[in-house]
Amino acid sequence: VKPKKERTFVIAAVEFHRVETPFLIGLWIFFASLAKIGFHMVPKFSKMFPESCLLIFVGVLIGALLLSTHSVHVQPLTPDTFFLYMLPPIILDAGYFMPNRLFFDHLGTILLFAVVGTVFNTLTIGASLWACGLTGIFGCTTPLLDMLLFGALISAVDPVAVLAVFEEIHVNEVLYIVVFGESLLNDAVTVVLYHMFEAYTEMGTSRLMYTDFLAGFASFLVVAVGGTCIGVVWGFATGLVTRFTNEVRVIEPIFIFVMAYLAYLNAEMFHMSGILAITFCGITMKNYVEANISHKSHTTIKYTMKMLSSSSETIIFMFLGVATVNNNHVWNTWFVLLTIVFCSVFRIIGVYIFSAVANKFRLHKLNTVEKFVMSYGGLRGAVAFALVLLIDPEVVKLQPMFVTTTIAVIYFTVFIQGITIKPLVKILNVKTVEKRKPTMNERIHERFMDHLMAGVEDILGKHGNHHMRDKFKRFDNRFIRPFLLRNYQGAEPKILETYSKLAMRDAIEYMQRNASTI
Amino acid sequence: MGNKSSLLLREEEIAQIQEETGFTPNQIERLYSRFTSLDKNDCGTLSREDFLRIPELAINPLSERIVHSFFAESHDDRVNFLQFMRVLAHFRPIRKKRENKLNSREEKLRFAFSMYDLDSDGKISRDELLAILHMMVGVNISEEQLTSIAERTILEADTNNDQMISFEEFCRALERTDVEQKMSIRFLN
Repeated sequence: VKPKKERTFVIAAVEFHRVETPFLIGLWIFFASLAKIGFHMVPKFSKMFPESCLLIFVGVLIGALLLSTHSVHVQPLTPDTFFLYMLPPIILDAGYFMPNRLFFDHLGTILLFAVVGTVFNTLTIGASLWACGLTGIFGCTTPLLDMLLFGALISAVDPVAVLAVFEEIHVNEVLYIVVFGESLLNDAVTVVLYHMFEAYTEMGTSRLMYTDFLAGFASFLVVAVGGTCIGVVWGFATGLVTRFTNEVRVIEPIFIFVMAYLAYLNAEMFHMSGILAITFCGITMKNYVEANISHKSHTTIKYTMKMLSSSSETIIFMFLGVATVNNNHVWNTWFVLLTIVFCSVFRIIGVYIFSAVANKFRLHKLNTVEKFVMSYGGLRGAVAFALVLLIDPEVVKLQPMFVTTTIAVIYFTVFIQGITIKPLVKILNVKTVEKRKPTMNERIHERFMDHLMAGVEDILGKHGNHHMRDKFKRFDNRFIRPFLLRNYQGAEPKILETYSKLAMRDAIEYMQRNASTI
Repeated sequence: MGNKSSLLLREEEIAQIQEETGFTPNQIERLYSRFTSLDKNDCGTLSREDFLRIPELAINPLSERIVHSFFAESHDDRVNFLQFMRVLAHFRPIRKKRENKLNSREEKLRFAFSMYDLDSDGKISRDELLAILHMMVGVNISEEQLTSIAERTILEADTNNDQMISFEEFCRALERTDVEQKMSIRFLN
């Protein structure tokens, strides 16, 4: 724009600065979505590669373009944007549409893998890398604590990557819920281990006392239980608020999103597990919200949630690609190779050990094929990347190498494992499922069986799953539902819900078939 | 093991029950001690009252039917240990190695079906279904609504248009349900 001497009225001018940030955000979302449409137009590609791979690939292309044009180097995937804006929609979607029944039935196994399994992986990966470092193979000093810190962030299975891959292959529900539940619940462990080792590195090895380890264990309980409680409280609050929205239907979806987000921020504020908070907020609120809000609001919530989470996911993978292309890589072949080997090997060992333990207590025993898919489905993703970026390079001198290695591990799991898992599932003949709504018969007879089994457990004097569920349902029906629901209709809301859904579908079909006669 | 209750169970009895139901001796002894603790009068058999004295079971909406199903085989109003075990054997998880006629998928379904089918005519009528729905859903729902739910359920399963659900239709309606899982309990060893 050339400067004008006389001050005349400017008809048109370019003022990029003012709109720069929102415009760039808009462009990112636009291109990410365009890329997504692109893949689905080429069925050959989308059959062969999982979407996440293609998105990373596009991200790399864009990153290379930006780098070669020497445009201002942007680093769009910062830990803050990731944890505050991109992760919550995905986790809320996962929590809200979580098959509750399945989740709680397998909670024991999920917790075993998420808590003990993640600690096991962290310690073994960290210690093995450290041990290899002693031989001088990496060509640099590798303090034990730094390695454990790295182990903590690299050993967490990533909910985003797992969802992205598992949604496409439709494995059977037990496998799905175990791997996916693990990826959601291990957040608490990862957060604690990460902060713990970070603090330890800052303190230095010499000043560590055994009380610090006890404090670490206590903080795990606080982070996990605290996050869960915050989520549950916000979930109940959402139920309560929606009880009074019958006059202002248009703002119903707002409450669901804002209150879940507040739960997440609330937990993060106290350094508790935001992922656990928002997951449990979703799980809790769904039971009550769905009975209170209108059908249309429900549809809005469903589609908005799906849209937000899928676009977040798209952007995360694309940003991962973009972030790869920069000049600050510190490539250490041995370190990268050994990390990948240890990640895979200890994942497999961990899965075999812990599923052997779990099988002692499970009705449905995890078989060899399922164990294999579980160990193979342990994908690493953007959570690890965001965590590694959070490490202060001043304190941990190896941080640049960690970043490069993390990227390499993510690529390995997303590309190699992501691409091969689909054919593997086919070759191994893993049971797959299609999603569908229950029929009236299934709803009633399955509920009948639940009551029957609860009764049998009581006769045996055994306090199993059915007994606990029965107890909770009775409590829920007596003390919670009457307060949170506008039209409280007594026990077994699911039977009524299924009935009204089926009746509604019939009515719509009837209308469409006989449109001319009406 | 070694407690008072296990002494009362003779070895050949254990063997017979094991043969018939597929439970392991440990499970049988464990269940026998539960059986004797339920048997308040120490007469070796259980009455309906003995069952309904279990507090959680008493508030189960289906308690009456569940208890009733234990008495299906006995001709008087008492169940002995063998009959007790035969009923429980339906809920043993299915294992590939140990096939047993009592805990197959079909037997599990037949057990559930007979709980609906009160007059044992091999069909679930509308009224039989309504009775169960009444127990499960409670009183807050209008009679018409329950009736239409029952009718809809029968309509959905009924393939030969007799307004009833036969056992075959019942099985077909639950084709995609994981009955093996849903009707199994892990018995402690």
